[in-house]
Amino acid sequence: MTYTIDGSTGPWELVIGLEVHAQVISQSKLFSGAATEFGAEPNSQVSFIDAGFPGMLPVINRECVAQAVRTGLGLNAQINLWSRFDRKNYFYADLPQGYQISQFADPIVGKGEIEIELADGTKKTIGITRLHLEQDAGKSLHDQHATKSFIDLNRSGVALMEIVSEPDMRSPEEAGAYLTKLRQILRYLGTCDGNMDEGSMRADVNVSVRKAGEGYRTRCEVKNVNSVKFVMQAVEAEARRQIEVWESGGTVEQETRLFDTQRGVTRSMRSKEDAHDYRYFPEPDLPPLVLAQDWVESLKASLPELPDVRRARYVAMGLTPYDAHVLTLEKETAAFYETVAKGRDAKLAANWVTGDFFAALNRLKRDIADPPVTAENLGALLDLIADNTISGKIAKDVFEIMIETGKAPGAIVEERGLKQVTDTGAIEAAVAEVLAKNADKVAEYRSGKDKLFGFFVGQTMKAMQGKGNPALVNEVVKKLLA
Amino acid sequence: MRLTDHTLRSALDALEAGETTSVALTEAFLEGIAALNARLNAFITVTADQALEAAKASDARRAAGKAGPLEGAPLAIKDLFCTAGTQTTAGSAILRGFAPPYESTVTKNLLRDGAVFLGKVNLDEFAMGSSNKTSAYGPVENPWSRANDPDTRLVPGGSSGGSAAAVAAHLALGATATDTGGSIRQPAAFCGITGIKPTYGRCSRFGIVAFASSLDQAGPVARTVEDCAILLTSMAGFDPRDATSADLPVPDFAAACARPVKGLRIGVPKEYRLDGMAPEIEALWRQGLDWLVQQGATLVDISLPHTKYALPTYYVVAPAEASSNLARYDGVRFGLRETAPGSDLRDLYERTRAKGFGAEVRRRIMIGTYVLSAGYYDAYYLKAQKVRALIRRDFEQAWGKVDAIVTPATPSAAFGMDEKQDDPVTMYLNDVFTVTANLAGLPGIAVPAGLDVQGLPLGLQVIGKPWDEETCFSVGAAIERAAGFAAQPRMLA
Repeated sequence: MTYTIDGSTGPWELVIGLEVHAQVISQSKLFSGAATEFGAEPNSQVSFIDAGFPGMLPVINRECVAQAVRTGLGLNAQINLWSRFDRKNYFYADLPQGYQISQFADPIVGKGEIEIELADGTKKTIGITRLHLEQDAGKSLHDQHATKSFIDLNRSGVALMEIVSEPDMRSPEEAGAYLTKLRQILRYLGTCDGNMDEGSMRADVNVSVRKAGEGYRTRCEVKNVNSVKFVMQAVEAEARRQIEVWESGGTVEQETRLFDTQRGVTRSMRSKEDAHDYRYFPEPDLPPLVLAQDWVESLKASLPELPDVRRARYVAMGLTPYDAHVLTLEKETAAFYETVAKGRDAKLAANWVTGDFFAALNRLKRDIADPPVTAENLGALLDLIADNTISGKIAKDVFEIMIETGKAPGAIVEERGLKQVTDTGAIEAAVAEVLAKNADKVAEYRSGKDKLFGFFVGQTMKAMQGKGNPALVNEVVKKLLA
Repeated sequence: MRLTDHTLRSALDALEAGETTSVALTEAFLEGIAALNARLNAFITVTADQALEAAKASDARRAAGKAGPLEGAPLAIKDLFCTAGTQTTAGSAILRGFAPPYESTVTKNLLRDGAVFLGKVNLDEFAMGSSNKTSAYGPVENPWSRANDPDTRLVPGGSSGGSAAAVAAHLALGATATDTGGSIRQPAAFCGITGIKPTYGRCSRFGIVAFASSLDQAGPVARTVEDCAILLTSMAGFDPRDATSADLPVPDFAAACARPVKGLRIGVPKEYRLDGMAPEIEALWRQGLDWLVQQGATLVDISLPHTKYALPTYYVVAPAEASSNLARYDGVRFGLRETAPGSDLRDLYERTRAKGFGAEVRRRIMIGTYVLSAGYYDAYYLKAQKVRALIRRDFEQAWGKVDAIVTPATPSAAFGMDEKQDDPVTMYLNDVFTVTANLAGLPGIAVPAGLDVQGLPLGLQVIGKPWDEETCFSVGAAIERAAGFAAQPRMLA
């Protein structure tokens, strides 16, 4: 069913496309050897190339190109073996060269697609128009001084991938799902860390509205939206604004807008008339970027497993689709799970990771990168369950002690004598004592009150401090009551 | 013989033979500069103390048996090459006082081979000009003058006017230069010396202040073909810091100067015979071709049909690239910064660039901005790129028939400082014979071949195949031998 927003003239459809800027994970910048680490002292990671000094020339960083190709492959996209850089010319204080080196007419990656899944389980394919490489500008700091603006060039020259989608999304949810999925793929590929708070990923959101059956109406671009939630809010706010303009007899003008996250509305940034003429032309300092098919193939061969494939594999291993989904959302979670599950019961491992382990993460406000229990120790705990050293119930206690003490489960079981009792003699003695203490109940049971069976088992387990092997306890109770 | 009358070759021989020292040579040149620079204005910056220190160090290296190929040779450096710690102006007020903390690859290569730098020589502002009159540091005077009009001061050509004048006036053994549309070959021809623009990509552009990136190429000017060959051998080579530099071995260019031209096919393009061209240029061209025939070469009439579009193409492509390359001179990080109370960013840009750039640079920035603008791009820039491809193809087709092409270097001899000032287009015509080699990326050498009726030098140009500077040197040396060009500016007499 098509998502619509109701206006005074009836329902309106939304048309949404995203341009996502993703910072490439690389040691050095796109065209210089300067470092790219986030959060360094201002202007401490700037080469003369990044600062646009006279006579400086850009030289392409091979690793950044490889990252763009990996990303293109991960988006099921056409890799263009011949691409070219262009200059995008405009003046700004944080753009030292007076132009940004980008790819305009001939991007490194062409058409591709990714599949998104919505909350109701429906799937949808979103087209990727292109991916191109470009350098980032520096940062202007306007709030450091009463009359001056400060410039930090650490970001100047950092490699960005601009990933442009087709106008295939039709609801805020789809836009959010697309950005989430894109971020997930990039993080799996290791080509972008996806840290939206640090600005490693930001989206320009193109929105237009239309009546059912119409072609596209004029769109507006909402710049630099920096979270999935804000993208969804910006889509809705901008769509509502446009509907109001159309319905009040006005015309939506193509323009660039900003999303005010405080007030939840978009504001005009610059109109089409004020739009820059970027005077794009081929960058004469760089020859065309020519890739060897062999090299692309070798990158393809070494690509990590992507989330969709991994999720399907988990389902094939017996996990529920939901667990498979949850475990593959973040590649760090999947890696944790894989370590726990390696050589063990996949489903049991999934239950423990998504159950007690996730609960502990939430409770302790810890991150998968800093888990309260290591994957190795959790795996060892599962081994103790599997070889009947402890019961599943005791395992939950051991797990809590592991969190408290950081100790390995084997040591905890040993120290605290939590080892499961499988000696039938000891169990028989315990059961006999329970039956002796509860002669009245035994009589009731024998007169037909079957439900009391569970009571005897429970009392025995309690007497054995939970260490009795549950199956054996059951068996012995049954035998002695017979 | 004065020490300053040495060619580079003879000076290196004298140094090797122990007949002189780098210190003695350097002192002699510094004296010459002190005597003549006030008049010629060839040097913007003379680095006398550094030069003497470098000469001492060079003599010590030679004494220690560690002499490089250019050991102890005093050279002049066009002020477009960044030299670490030494002011590099590009001939512009906007870079007055700018001392880069880095060295251009070409000058680094020269230093590696033992050269001594006397200072930085004048040029048209940002290498834009054919007269050296657009320099913010004043015009350079050509050491030559007309026989019947000795008081009229002549231009040395441009943009490498300071380089050519310094070498012609014996103020350096050789000089670095750059050529975007003829900026090495035209001043070399005007000053009666030799200059070569090698194949695009032969020399690294790293550390050279950019004018038009797809056309700029460094090369030497010197008094002989062999001297240019020696200098180019040191200057050239692959540089990982310039993505357009070629990863090719550098041949021994000096050895190529001795190669006979016998059997070479010399192309004579009919389109270079211009209407109204001075008869003496035509005659000199004919003479040069005859000399080559006498040495065993054969002549082949060829056609380069798109030649007539070369200048207009150049004057779209070069300003387009320049308008972008010069955007970085904004007063924010280095060079001139002009503000006023209450200046905002836009005001800073406008004041800095209005004050820092001269009229010709502003004109080209405006032309370049225009031809790249939305709505004009296709009609100008894109069309120019297409024509450029056709010009390149003209040459590719010619290489099937000939080994080198010989043309006049310039359409006239050096002109007076006050001539050709009314109309920039007249000035642009100076590049008519040289600009094609830049558009096609080909090597071209200008060699002095004779004098006009006024006693001013005239040059011929040899254009070679890509990466075949050796044939340029071979043919250039053959013309040089036959011409026996021995005339000197009167000021040196």
